[in-house]
Amino acid sequence: MTKEQIRATLLEIIAQIIPDEDLSNLKGDVAIREQVELDSMDFLDIVMELRKRFGIEVPESDYTELATLDGSVAYLEPRMKDL
Amino acid sequence: MVAKKSDERRIVITGVGLTAPNGNNLTEFRRSLLDGKSGVQKFEVRYMGEVLAGICHFDPLKYQKKKELRRGTRAGSIAIYCAQEAIANAKLDLACLDKSRIGVYLGITEHGTVETENEIYEIKQFDYDVKYWSHHHNPRVVANNPAGEVTLNMGITGPHYTLGAACAGGNLGLIQGLQMLLLNEVDLALGGGVSESTASFGIFAGFRSEGALASHPNPEKACRPFDKDRNGVVVAEGGGIFVLERLSDAQKRGARIYGEIVGYAINSDALDFILPSAERQVECMKLSLNKAGISPEDIDIINTHGTGTAEGDPVECQAIREVFGEYPHAYMNNTKSFIGHAMGAAGALELAGNLPSFEDYIVHPTINLDHLDPECNLNHLVINEPKRIDKVDYILNNSFGMLGINSVVIVKRFEPQNCKHS
Repeated sequence: MTKEQIRATLLEIIAQIIPDEDLSNLKGDVAIREQVELDSMDFLDIVMELRKRFGIEVPESDYTELATLDGSVAYLEPRMKDL
Repeated sequence: MVAKKSDERRIVITGVGLTAPNGNNLTEFRRSLLDGKSGVQKFEVRYMGEVLAGICHFDPLKYQKKKELRRGTRAGSIAIYCAQEAIANAKLDLACLDKSRIGVYLGITEHGTVETENEIYEIKQFDYDVKYWSHHHNPRVVANNPAGEVTLNMGITGPHYTLGAACAGGNLGLIQGLQMLLLNEVDLALGGGVSESTASFGIFAGFRSEGALASHPNPEKACRPFDKDRNGVVVAEGGGIFVLERLSDAQKRGARIYGEIVGYAINSDALDFILPSAERQVECMKLSLNKAGISPEDIDIINTHGTGTAEGDPVECQAIREVFGEYPHAYMNNTKSFIGHAMGAAGALELAGNLPSFEDYIVHPTINLDHLDPECNLNHLVINEPKRIDKVDYILNNSFGMLGINSVVIVKRFEPQNCKHS
């Protein structure tokens, strides 16, 4: 997957988890939770979706890496580049 | 003779919110009951294939966001819809109420079955690896979930809990609400029952294994209590929630009063897991009549519990004959014949469907009764067509459940003698 594909996939997962939110203006470098209503259980949904769809395990110690969209793409890129 | 109660000790119904397979508010539901309109349909259930069920068609997004729907349960969604509708129907503005003095008391038959089945189905795709088990599972399956979702949605900070009472649950939610008002624990109660049972294959499979799951080429004819050809239960989902207030409070705000709960009783068979006991049902009906301070001949309408099983229906008929005699004054009907068995919601929904009789003097019938089982031959059973009667002062609602729990509620017409507003 390319970085753009990873970003698009992440946005699709987030849209599924918080379907009432408008994600069109989501800034990549600002914490996702500061821009939309996304609580800790929603965040765990993102982790679960990555596990279910791609077999990717995100350990709890790495959760902060997924705070922003840009950070998430950077963290996932080496793990998803061969998918 | 029961001593006259003060208005603070009299509990009245001032709002009704419901969703049934044949109506999403009391007006629609009542219309369907008078028009003979069934809500039973064909329905696909995991592992079972096509079954017959009573499915509700309310719009959950009327009161919930999509995210709330995704996170919560069907029972929670049904409860939220009914509670919001009940408050609106009572012409109450939540913003003007002390939300710490509102209690939510909901009867359930079971809860958590649906959610657990869903999770097991989900992890089956991952070779039963439990790391795929949802972190939403526990808040979804806790027994207070349906009532708790109501408080989350409406910002109610008073007490909330469910009452597990099998198919007597709906009546129990109502009774609990009444009792908490009498104990001055709350000033307004949302009491009733909900069911999401149609989303569980296990409920259908369990009834089928018991030989008690109804089948019929025409879904609308499948639920046929008291008929010789009845062959079991039609599982339904639904919800019925009442706004309960002290008469003094209701009159102060000029509320519309649907009726006053004057009698109720709950008892146990202590006999069998499934089979009912006429003796204890008789006791339960007599207890409720005693609490109301009235005689059997005062009752005008009896909503029977009859579920359409070979074993259950004759037992209830025997009990009714024993309490009300071979030639009773009361007219009898059956609401499940229209919608199936809404489990934890049944008692509340069935009472709600009968309340308009205080105004229109019509008793809705039991439908699908083509060949009356002689064992279920109740005089004054209203069969297939609604019946207009001269007097409707008291309605008695039977609701019984597995493990031998019996419940009876009696509602009295409200006479606004000293009420300037009603």
